Amino acid sequence: MKIKVGLGSCGIAAGGRKVLKSLQDGAKKYNLDVEIEETGCIGMCFFEPIVDIVTDEGTYSYGFVDENIAKEIIENHIKEGKVLEDNLIYTSENPPNYTKKQHKIALENCGVINPEKIEEYIEKDGYKGITKVLEDMSQEDVIQEIKDSGLRGRGGAGFPTWFKWNAALQSKGNQKYMVCNADEGDPGAFMDRSVLEGDPHRIIEGMLIGGYAIGASEGIIYCRAEYPLAIERLEKAMAQAKKNNYLGENILGTDFTFNLRIKKGAGAFVCGEETALIESLEGKRGMPRLKPPFPAQSGYWREPTNINNVETLANVPWIISKGAEAFSSVGSEKSKGTKVFALSGKIKNGGLVEIPMGMTLREVIFDIGGGIKKDKKFKAVQMGGPSGGCIPAELLDTPVTYENINATGAIMGSGGMVVMDETTCMVDIAKFFLDFTCKESCGKCTYCRVGTKRMLEILERISKGKGKIEDLDELEQLGNSIKDGSLCGLGQTAPNPVLTGLRYFRDEYEAHIVDKKCPAKKCEALLTYTIDPEKCTGCTLCARNCPTDAISGKVKEIHKIDQDLCIKCGNCFDVCNFDAVNVE
Amino acid sequence: MCDNCSGVEFKKNFRDEKVNLELITPVIEKYGKSKGNLINVLQEMQDIYGYLPLSGMDYLAEKTDNKKATIYGVATFYTQFRLNPIGKYLVLQCQGTACHVNGSKEVSKAICKELDIKPGDTTEDGLFTVEDVACLGCCSLAPVMMINGEAYGNLTPGKAVKVIKDLRKKALEGDTNEN
Repeated sequence: MKIKVGLGSCGIAAGGRKVLKSLQDGAKKYNLDVEIEETGCIGMCFFEPIVDIVTDEGTYSYGFVDENIAKEIIENHIKEGKVLEDNLIYTSENPPNYTKKQHKIALENCGVINPEKIEEYIEKDGYKGITKVLEDMSQEDVIQEIKDSGLRGRGGAGFPTWFKWNAALQSKGNQKYMVCNADEGDPGAFMDRSVLEGDPHRIIEGMLIGGYAIGASEGIIYCRAEYPLAIERLEKAMAQAKKNNYLGENILGTDFTFNLRIKKGAGAFVCGEETALIESLEGKRGMPRLKPPFPAQSGYWREPTNINNVETLANVPWIISKGAEAFSSVGSEKSKGTKVFALSGKIKNGGLVEIPMGMTLREVIFDIGGGIKKDKKFKAVQMGGPSGGCIPAELLDTPVTYENINATGAIMGSGGMVVMDETTCMVDIAKFFLDFTCKESCGKCTYCRVGTKRMLEILERISKGKGKIEDLDELEQLGNSIKDGSLCGLGQTAPNPVLTGLRYFRDEYEAHIVDKKCPAKKCEALLTYTIDPEKCTGCTLCARNCPTDAISGKVKEIHKIDQDLCIKCGNCFDVCNFDAVNVE
Repeated sequence: MCDNCSGVEFKKNFRDEKVNLELITPVIEKYGKSKGNLINVLQEMQDIYGYLPLSGMDYLAEKTDNKKATIYGVATFYTQFRLNPIGKYLVLQCQGTACHVNGSKEVSKAICKELDIKPGDTTEDGLFTVEDVACLGCCSLAPVMMINGEAYGNLTPGKAVKVIKDLRKKALEGDTNEN
């Protein structure tokens, strides 16, 4: 019998470490013969902390476990064999929709193996891919296999992986470099973090195979400094791989040599762009270079460099060991395989999901995600983060493929999928993303540096009820100019959230400008909170929940909101049991 | 030379305190003069002092081939680098999309109002520094803040203010005990 505790960043934030300790203490106290292991992200963040009991008869999963429940699990389930029905979320015999509709390739081992033990990775066919490659595949064979699989870059743009590898192989240079882009910067995306935390050896193996294919003997993983756990686990995994001769000189007795190191990013969104990333690797300000020459010709220290995203690399060992055909049999005609998404926002079951390409957005959000929190109305789903856009309800049946998503004006992106309901204001969300890109613009191109600022000013004006109807045309014009006038992907896609907003939710923009109203009741300048004297019972609940003490009134007396002190947080509205708080 | 050119105006953005420069000598030696390691050196310097002191950066320029302008340029480009010391508690407010749609703005407003500072600043008593961060990656617990490495999830403005008040109380009580 084995107990597994999900200790990704999410699980730890929810209190997973305390649960682990409680389980260990309990097992020790009763002298129980049970293995207690930590594992990566199980994917069901909404149930964290999660504890899996793996027995010969099947797996029992417990959700929302705290120290006391952990104690009970030990005392009842482990010691006496009595299942705690109240805390059980499911068993392997009866899996929920959430897991049933998923198809796991990149996340295959996440939440299953202990990421800190190389033996567990090897047991799951780990390092089989690189062994096969070194035993009987030429560089061209590897590239052909990747070409046959149809794998495309999972960082967002969907560029064919084999093409990049081939370009780097064909380039001449003294030293070639294989780089992993783990600078996952989209707000609302945590796919790469989960893979690095839950299955670090897989990324190492992907790097090895890629390095062999392009002829690189040096690899660098550029990882966000905000992911300390991912870096820690990668470092451990690299030390283990080195000890087992999977990294370093003469790997597995062949003349293939590959050294890997980690470079910590320092917090700049633009460094997700490959040429900016290279500048940052060289210790400089992360400002994009002019392309061409492409990194494959002239990258890190002007040598041929190939850069792949974490999820792309996670697919590589699987393709090599299982064969290109197994991979290309999943997905749609032009988009093969699976895609990992970080499902969040106003969704019931937020977490990490991996779906076969071609599944519709509706299936992802309603069947897997369980629908909208508090059963409110679905309004839009945001894909592609600050470079993407909001897809409205009428396009819910769009299949998730690179082509279909691009056609909506959004992009596949790296995998952030943020669900929005009727209380989300589209002007506010566009403002949010533009504020982000405006701050993150490196400042090199005038259109991006100044243009995003001007667009943000217009949006701010609109959200304060001071917009003019001509502003909408100006936003569109400015947005298109920024796309044309920027050097890198950041500027070229920065206007997307506004442009898709105008395309699908123009009426909402018009309501802000013409009626001076925010239909989602989000834009504060257009709102006032008041207490209805007829309905107020003087229960004091709102006053007690007001963070700024703006509500006055004694018990059983009618309460009143001081508009000067009110920060319009909406707490009073949320807590009132008598619908006595009005918002307009 | 005007004040701008001599860097007088510019240097006002940096806090300079007397720091023990010997602490960073091993870091400079470790990376030597090899190219491309400026970010690593600055990251380790920040680990030592908690921020990047001006004298430390000047010392680095003196000991390596990097120009002062290059060092300041990198230090001001990346959000990870701080030019001023931080408070006892570092409050990181997640500004990710999931947190935003779940009400992080209201939470941030309440925290800033309680502490009477803006994001990026430190309270006068040196207890709290509030910073906005891109995404802490705990999206299913949104809205989230992280204080000295510990995450607080599913926040409301009221809950967040309570956490701050409790920490302040704890810090003040700690001070009395020490005295």
